[in-house]
Amino acid sequence: MKSAVAALLSKELALELRTRESVPAMVMFSITTYVLFHFGLDRDTIDGDLASGVLWVTLLFAAMLGINRLFVAEHEQGGFDGFLLAPVDRTAMFVAKAIALFAFLCAVELVAVPAFALLLLGPPLGQALPGLIVVLLAANAGVAVVGTLVAALAIQTRARELMVALLALPLLVPVVLGAARATAPLLHQGGAAALPVDWLGLLALYDLLFALIAYAIFDFLLED
Amino acid sequence: MLTTAFALVFFYAPVDADQGIIQKIFYVHVPLAIVALCGFVAGAVFGLMHLRTRDRRWDMRSYVTIHLSIVLAVGVLITGSIWARASWGQWFVWDEPMLVVFLIVFLLYATYQPLRFSIEDPEKQARYASVFAVTAGAFVPLCFGAVRMAQNLTHPQAGTMTTSGPASVSQTFLISLIGMALLFVTLCKYEMASKNATFKLRSLRRRLAGDDDDFAPAPRSAAPQL
Repeated sequence: MKSAVAALLSKELALELRTRESVPAMVMFSITTYVLFHFGLDRDTIDGDLASGVLWVTLLFAAMLGINRLFVAEHEQGGFDGFLLAPVDRTAMFVAKAIALFAFLCAVELVAVPAFALLLLGPPLGQALPGLIVVLLAANAGVAVVGTLVAALAIQTRARELMVALLALPLLVPVVLGAARATAPLLHQGGAAALPVDWLGLLALYDLLFALIAYAIFDFLLED
Repeated sequence: MLTTAFALVFFYAPVDADQGIIQKIFYVHVPLAIVALCGFVAGAVFGLMHLRTRDRRWDMRSYVTIHLSIVLAVGVLITGSIWARASWGQWFVWDEPMLVVFLIVFLLYATYQPLRFSIEDPEKQARYASVFAVTAGAFVPLCFGAVRMAQNLTHPQAGTMTTSGPASVSQTFLISLIGMALLFVTLCKYEMASKNATFKLRSLRRRLAGDDDDFAPAPRSAAPQL
């Protein structure tokens, strides 16, 4: 299982490094969205609740792009068949894809969060950074798990992009809610307040629950 | 049973002191909501059974329960907003977690039918729909657990409302709840029977038509095929 996951993961990362398909598009999308928010809200700087809302909605929609692309190569080039022929546990595919999506999201945020601080955020990012990193990691885990499950579910349907958005957005509402509420006090104008533990707890519970469910039922999505 | 419940609602239960007659909608709204949510969870259990046993009948049960729960959920949203309009003065209140969560759950389940419809292969359709049912079914208790954790006080809780009032309130509420659950089960049985009859009819027709080319294939639908 471990070696299968490692092999699949290295394949994912090599593919992304060579084609550069998802991550740059997601980064460009988030930066463009910040510009749109600047004009849409007609504000030069934002802070507090508004800032965390803008940040999380942007990151979520950027993540949707990555989720859409996640299984496309497998589906179009027959990678599923090759994987099913290999004598490995099918859950390895899920674990590898989820880790890859998690890595993509982290890579996107490495650029998108500083860009957000540069373009829109009023208070300095420095103080909020340690708390923000914790929230980002917890939320990325949730998005990666649910996103992988939804991507695998939607890849066989006819209207793939539509189904991904329709399925993933309601399922990810708790992630956005928890992450935005947890981030809001970090971005206040007067300086960062303490990280709210209860919202972080909600995120952790969500991650755990959906990781278990996805681990249990992912097998059924790959059979043919 | 439901008729008895409604008779009790109008003649037996006391009129709420500060909300008046509109409070009676409580006896429809809350049982509807509870039954719809239980229906979603039951759909998840049936979906899990389908994944374990590969029996198409479990998929049919899962489909029927979720389908009817969506219908009930529409009823919940409508009665809820009528009640909210009357007692809080607004159709929809955003800072009320219970409403928002119910809306999210409803939106999530509203994608169940398009999902089924957009998968062509019936076996794959059944399997994917079951996976969706399990995931969404786990999502329902998680959300409502989170809501209980951070409870706002505007939305009346079924528990506090029934225990703090006179006994006639809790009795009427209980009877409406049981009546609604029985209605749900009956509707499920009806839909299942009608689906089974349709499939039997179709297979008989197919046998009758034999090798003739004039047999029309079944129209594509979101419903599972047996």
